Amino acid sequence: MAVVYQRPHSLIDIPTHYCPGCTHGIIHKLVAQAMDDLGVEGKAVGVAPVGCSVMAYDYFNCDMLEAAHGRAPAVATGLKRALPDNLIFTYQGDGDLAAIGTAETVHAATRGENITVIFVNNAIYGMTGGQMAPTTLPGQVTQTTPYGRDIHTAGFPIRVCEMLSTLSGVAYAERVAVDTIPNIRKAQAAIKKAFTCQLEKKGFSIVEILSTCPTNWGLSPKEALQWLRDNMMPYYPLGVYTDRTEKGVRPE
Amino acid sequence: MNILLAGFGGQGVLFAGKVMAYSGLLEEKYVSWLPSYGPEMRGGTANCSVCISDQPIGSPLVLNPDVLIAMNLPSYDKFIDAVVPGGIAVIDSSLINKKCTRTDIQCFYVPATELADEKGLHGLANNIIVGKVLKETGFAKTETVEAAMAKCVPAKKQHLLEPNINAVKLGMSL
Amino acid sequence: MASSQKVLMKGNEALAEAAIQAGCRHFFGYPITPQTEVAAYMAKRMPKIGGTYLQAESEVAAINMVYGASSAGVRAMTSSSSPGISLKTEGISYLAGADLPCLIINVQRGGPGLGGIQPSQADYWQATRAPGHGDLHILVFAPATIQEMVDLVFDAFELADTYRMPAMILADGMLGQMMEPVIFPEKQVTPIDKSGWATTGTQCQRPHHVTNSLFLQPDQLEQKVVERFERYAQIQEKHTRCEEYLTEDAEYVVVAYGATARIARSAVNAAREQGIKAGLIRPITLWPYPSAAISAAVDRGAKGFLSVEMSMGQMVDDVRLAVNGRAQVAFFGRTGGIIPTPAEVLEHIQKLAGGER
Repeated sequence: MAVVYQRPHSLIDIPTHYCPGCTHGIIHKLVAQAMDDLGVEGKAVGVAPVGCSVMAYDYFNCDMLEAAHGRAPAVATGLKRALPDNLIFTYQGDGDLAAIGTAETVHAATRGENITVIFVNNAIYGMTGGQMAPTTLPGQVTQTTPYGRDIHTAGFPIRVCEMLSTLSGVAYAERVAVDTIPNIRKAQAAIKKAFTCQLEKKGFSIVEILSTCPTNWGLSPKEALQWLRDNMMPYYPLGVYTDRTEKGVRPE
Repeated sequence: MNILLAGFGGQGVLFAGKVMAYSGLLEEKYVSWLPSYGPEMRGGTANCSVCISDQPIGSPLVLNPDVLIAMNLPSYDKFIDAVVPGGIAVIDSSLINKKCTRTDIQCFYVPATELADEKGLHGLANNIIVGKVLKETGFAKTETVEAAMAKCVPAKKQHLLEPNINAVKLGMSL
Repeated sequence: MASSQKVLMKGNEALAEAAIQAGCRHFFGYPITPQTEVAAYMAKRMPKIGGTYLQAESEVAAINMVYGASSAGVRAMTSSSSPGISLKTEGISYLAGADLPCLIINVQRGGPGLGGIQPSQADYWQATRAPGHGDLHILVFAPATIQEMVDLVFDAFELADTYRMPAMILADGMLGQMMEPVIFPEKQVTPIDKSGWATTGTQCQRPHHVTNSLFLQPDQLEQKVVERFERYAQIQEKHTRCEEYLTEDAEYVVVAYGATARIARSAVNAAREQGIKAGLIRPITLWPYPSAAISAAVDRGAKGFLSVEMSMGQMVDDVRLAVNGRAQVAFFGRTGGIIPTPAEVLEHIQKLAGGER
């Protein structure tokens, strides 16, 4: 019988610690599938963040590092400078990437560091139990915004792809979602494109993935997907924000 | 021998100190060179301590010099009383219009800045004074100082080697 | 020593050149006085030898770049001065927790806060007690001359690689800025095999390597830390270093490291001329600390110890621990960027000696 679907080799066959309905599992699978499809598992080195995906190093079959909170792009930079021909990626959440690690993110991007950032945006701090993230929406209730995020005191959410698209070092920036099968397919293509961009040494690439947190949003997995569509997508429009993958960020 | 060189930034006191230290090195002595460092890169005060010794050098910071090179008035005022009794001071009299009243040290007044301009050695007053110190103290052989100069003048500025050496020679003739 | 091999070099530049000669090709830094020449030298040399010089966006980023590069198995380093080292402490803790080697240079300046930019030794506690959060040590070397700075860079990289831990050269603004003659040893650097743990890609030939300091099970974490401390014990046994000067018959022993030790040596000579039986113990490694040498001096009959530092008294804690109440321990220090003079140190040796007579 022909195999039409199987676990990617780059993904280790063990149960994950993620909550029921969490989309991290889907995203891990997409990253692993991209490594399989491009045949790069053996030369890939990933950097895990601090956040829900802190133990991502247990799930990927490639070499992995665990970074300090927010520092993954700096760690990946050090790796890449030592291993310029390897595939180096970070896997980061919104608090890690857009709060404590903003400087590392922006500067890795503006250096045109030839790494790929997988950015999982679920508008909340999941691991610590549901506090406000830099991407928490105005009015959104979290443990630390019990009356809803007040833009007068807590300011506005950061649109990461839009912000990074102003930087000359970014070769590829796309925002995708994993709420439906067609969107998952687009996310898969985006991750593959970002990895390819890196392998061809075109510059910094980032794929922002709108994701859910049913547990901390207080919704069922299905409701969470609908909440993502109704609330996150209007504020964080899907699409390609930068594409310099043809000539790269440093054309001759 | 403990030497303190002091002046404005840009007068080349750090360079002159390096030439003296390198001369000591080439004669197999123990040497050290310690600059003052601070936020002012140009125009502020600059000084450096140079030690040349037959023994390993303890503190490289010269507080009481055997030889003081003073290239501006603030430096003269600040350090002239620190010179050890029996020591010497070489003073750029183009820029310092005071005469030392101490009788326990020897002072030499060299109009180095004016001489440098007159003799086409612009900016080399520092090495005219090095020449004078060399004459008065014999801290190294003349040819050693020339060899040290060759080490200290950067490769890209070798055309300046000869004027630098000429400045030392001029200082020695005074 | 032929003078032709000898060059007159600034401490900061000598540190950088030594690191290159020791095989370091990955430097991540950030400008701060008085260590900036380290970065500037690297910026000039690294591109010419196929190495990496990267000016990071912060000290925090720089130390994390070191973490990444070190995990890839290369010799990596960063350099800073006191306020910048505080920022690096996070990364140092992670490097220690993930068993990664690296070299960190601290050209100390006065603190706390922005403090000043003149020489200081006020980061002794930070380097030896808390270079990062958690149960950890790093190797700490304290050179007193430019030549020793060069020699210790080689040793620091080698021990860091051997024991898989960060090493620090604890210098100060005076050593960083001064020039002295130096000879670079023509050492063949034998690379240490890191293939058992480096994250260079599995090539699909082996199980994946994970560089990590997270162990959520307390028993696992305890085991990790205990194993690390067993390595620390080996280092204490094998690699503790100090220089002793005139201590054989010394009744009064000055303990000083780095730049201060140079000044103390002059003072000890002056004390001897006055008939005071003074000696000097100069720790070369600050962690591990040469407690045994101090203890042995007590055994030989030393009556008093004087810790001399450019601080308000930090290393004196270790002198007291080593002496363990068996002799008098005094302290003299200047702080804020003031360098003590030999005359001041002599005065305190006299005071110590006088008090006993």
